[in-house]
Amino acid sequence: MKELKVSAIHKGTVIDHIPSGKGLKVLEILNLPEDSTILIAVNVRSEKLGKKDIIKVEGKILSKDEVNKIALIAPTATVNIIDKWEVVEKKNVEVPDEIIGIIKCANPNCITHYEKVKPKFKVISKKPLKLKCHYCERTMEEEIIAKNLL
Amino acid sequence: MRFQDVISINDFEKDDIEYVLKTAELLERELKEKGTLQYAKGKVLATLFFEPSTRTRLSFESAMHRLGGSVIGFAEASATSVKKGESLMDTIRTVENYADVIVIRHPKEGAARLAAEVAKIPVINAGDGANQHPTQTLLDLYTIKKEFGKIDGLKIALLGDLKYGRTVHSLAKALSYYNVKLYFVAPPGLEMPRHIVEEISDKVDIVETSNLESVIPEIDVLYATRIQKERFPDPAEYNKIKGSYRVDLKILEGAKETLKIMHPLPRVDEISYEVDKTRYSAYFRQVWSGVPVRMALLGIVLGVIE
Ligand SMILES: [Zn+2]
Repeated sequence: MKELKVSAIHKGTVIDHIPSGKGLKVLEILNLPEDSTILIAVNVRSEKLGKKDIIKVEGKILSKDEVNKIALIAPTATVNIIDKWEVVEKKNVEVPDEIIGIIKCANPNCITHYEKVKPKFKVISKKPLKLKCHYCERTMEEEIIAKNLL
Repeated sequence: MRFQDVISINDFEKDDIEYVLKTAELLERELKEKGTLQYAKGKVLATLFFEPSTRTRLSFESAMHRLGGSVIGFAEASATSVKKGESLMDTIRTVENYADVIVIRHPKEGAARLAAEVAKIPVINAGDGANQHPTQTLLDLYTIKKEFGKIDGLKIALLGDLKYGRTVHSLAKALSYYNVKLYFVAPPGLEMPRHIVEEISDKVDIVETSNLESVIPEIDVLYATRIQKERFPDPAEYNKIKGSYRVDLKILEGAKETLKIMHPLPRVDEISYEVDKTRYSAYFRQVWSGVPVRMALLGIVLGVIE
């Protein structure tokens, strides 16, 4: 059953095990080109999660940065790289120790909003997710982080 | 050299703090013997004050002169090309050609960290928005150490707006390295932020209260700060609170004889003028502490003092 779903595209990326309901949000932050071929499955039954969402992107191999972005809102997600109908690479998304450029600082008075510099955060807790701005030292919690994805 | 820049008190381990305090002490002694010193002879300090803070700027300039160095800089951004829209990064890249060390004060949080990343020369943070003012914290610690000969074992109360007060946040954090008991005395609504209390509560004993009178007899240090009127939506509410946090002779009747009162200054009416002449006041000596402490920091980052 699972094999069928994952391998249903010829070449591309399948993001599996997205917490149910987060699929559209993942799609939003991926910010894929308008002409991308995308399949979304919502509320698929899953042994691991009960219910999950799945996204399949035809023809596109996701970069590491994009994968890290997913980890911030869907930490359970797995990324499968598909070639010739087969899974050639399977990776778990993981929140890195440092996050550069994916999120903007929630502090409106932070220097990163005024200078040409990539926002940079230290991950001070992965569960629950908590980030500290490298520049202004303000911390951001999960809920705020989701609102500040670039 | 243990550190190249002075950006945040969070970058300092206890050893680093002790090293700065010790260096400041030695410099102060030497300064008293010899007058001006020559450690920074031929070195130039650039003070980049993107917002005015005359006291802090004068303190750094005095420190550099007493080390035998010289000073260039500006006291407000409107007098510079910043006004024409120059970025902070470009200002730093320009100024580093004229100086050996930069002291920066900037209204945006994180500006000093960014400046230090861009600059090839050392950078010292003299205040970045509501974030950090590490040299203030170090001079506060130095003052306490000078007044009592030690920091360990003291009972220290932080009084006033503990919610928004940058000074008290950093000081609380730095004091947590020592064996002290802390009293956070704040009016309702202006209490010390939870994340700071949580961060340090496993290292030091903390008492939180809104009643100054009840803690006065116990404490060795009363660190008073301003309560800013504009924090209160209702002026009547402010006026009610204002009186209860006024340090005057009456409230000091219950104090230990050895109590020392500190304040980062400027004060408004938290400490009545009649207290100035008493044995309790340490706030003007605290101002002086800024000079040896900043001399030590300048000397260390310049690499001219071991
Ligand atoms: Zn920030």
